[in-house]
Amino acid sequence: MIAYTVRRLIVLIVTLFLVSILIFAVINIVPGDPAQIILGTEATPETLARVRAKLGLDRPAVVRYIEWLKNIILHGDFGRSINYDRPISELIANRLLVTGPLAGMAILFTMIIAIPLGIYAATHHNRPGDYGTMIFSQIGLAIPEFWTGILLILGFAVHWHLVPAGGFTPWEKPLESLRSLLLPALALGFTRAAVITRLTRSSMLEVLREDYIKTAWSKGLPSRLVIYKHALRNASISVVTILGLQLGYLLAGTIIIETVFYLPGMGRLVMNAIFQRDLPVVQGVVLFIATVIVIVNFIVDLLYGLLDPRIRYD
Amino acid sequence: MTERRKHLRRFSKDINFMIGLALVGLVVFTATLSLFYTPYDPNRMEISARLQGPSSSHWFGTDHYGRDILSRVMRGAVNSITVGFIAVGIGMSLGVLLGALAGYWGGWLDEATMRVMDVIYGFPAVLTAILITSILGPGIKNSMIAIGIYNIPIFARLTRGNILSLKEQDYVLAARAVGQSNLKIIRKHILPNALSPLIVQATVSFAVAILAEAGLSYLGLGTQPPHPSWGRMLNEAQPFIHLSAWPAIFPGLAIAIAVLGFNLLGDGLRDILDPKLAHLR
Repeated sequence: MIAYTVRRLIVLIVTLFLVSILIFAVINIVPGDPAQIILGTEATPETLARVRAKLGLDRPAVVRYIEWLKNIILHGDFGRSINYDRPISELIANRLLVTGPLAGMAILFTMIIAIPLGIYAATHHNRPGDYGTMIFSQIGLAIPEFWTGILLILGFAVHWHLVPAGGFTPWEKPLESLRSLLLPALALGFTRAAVITRLTRSSMLEVLREDYIKTAWSKGLPSRLVIYKHALRNASISVVTILGLQLGYLLAGTIIIETVFYLPGMGRLVMNAIFQRDLPVVQGVVLFIATVIVIVNFIVDLLYGLLDPRIRYD
Repeated sequence: MTERRKHLRRFSKDINFMIGLALVGLVVFTATLSLFYTPYDPNRMEISARLQGPSSSHWFGTDHYGRDILSRVMRGAVNSITVGFIAVGIGMSLGVLLGALAGYWGGWLDEATMRVMDVIYGFPAVLTAILITSILGPGIKNSMIAIGIYNIPIFARLTRGNILSLKEQDYVLAARAVGQSNLKIIRKHILPNALSPLIVQATVSFAVAILAEAGLSYLGLGTQPPHPSWGRMLNEAQPFIHLSAWPAIFPGLAIAIAVLGFNLLGDGLRDILDPKLAHLR
């Protein structure tokens, strides 16, 4: 297990290294001059020179990359925002107070909807309940999450006035804050639930065909015990993997959902940065999200063994 | 019964395939029709008729500029289909090429290519697109490139996996024994046999491309106004939903129908072309 963890850790570091090179290269090397992109085509040569110097563009790209990476690793310093004139790490930390709980609530909704539905469909295979669940998941996969968001606003905010249509109440009033995250989290969770429902169902179907499940049934064990203790535990391996992979899509989804609901999270930060051409912020936030995705995948890999003792790490 | 008839029967008996085909057919037909006919000019504004509900003169109602929503939804289909074709085309052609080279030659070329593919694959489509459009600028062309790049590793991994198993088959070994060149073996013997999973993946990727384009256009990074795009229409409709919900309903329905169609078509094709997996559905 230790050897496996160390091996995976090395892969993790190499992947993060490649990710950072890729992001830096896209923003800094291809194509043309970032200072020109930031200032637009009408900037004077003097202003261009000033921004180039401020961004360190007068030095070779390799030197800038090493310095950027060194600052992140040693000091957690992602650089400075051009528009806000504040450290990017501080901006990310502030926005995480919205995006973090939003992603957490969305995962919670995903699991609350998907796991029972998936189990129900698998235990009612080829019966109306199964077909109904599959139709639900097909529709869920086809609806973009921002449209789900708009429909939820239409129903719960515009029509029934139960929750705000957008915006965020700061955490001084925790209940109000949670209320403002309710619809966005539901919109995000609904789409993920469609994926996880299908997966829980097919994993359960596969496990329910195994001999040990047939033995458990023939021993006369209560169905609750067979389904939840014997089957679900084994089916959960692929569910956990996909849930882990889904986190990346969830974080990307927050970018759109935060725009739909006017939430001051990381998604809005990166969108504003794109329109204001604040490239260091785009670079920092994308690297941060990519790092979270890679680390979550690493944790998911390690979780395998805990869920399924048959997996050997050699 | 002839082979051809047997094939047709298998396709026509698969309900996912048939529903998918009907929905995709509807979208493609609407897109084609809109090139020759729409009830109104999709960009024509009529302020006196703004935010109207569905009626006999405007079947889907009008938006905040008084533009006919049906006409815009119809023309938006062209946009989605074009993005789907080009983005999947970019992803498929480059992905198949890289996957074939990596899988066939193996060694360091395989290692290096697949590590880079893994890194790109880890990025969700929207994030890749955001990174690319932040540099190249918003617009339909750049969003197609971005979605295309996102698709490259998917096709590369699939092709590589297939080639690794196909290159050890007897007929490939025989072709090599009679002295055929590597490129000829890949082109004549391996790729045609790896085609089925590629077709299935292309169909599913088409759905993802439509969703990604809608998302980017909603964010203002994809198709630019006044050109109609389903995602953009939803973005423009949102500030007015307390006055009229219709502009926020029909473009969303159009996205859902198109994506559902391609997803079902992909599922159906997979069931037909890979019957081993059918018991899990």
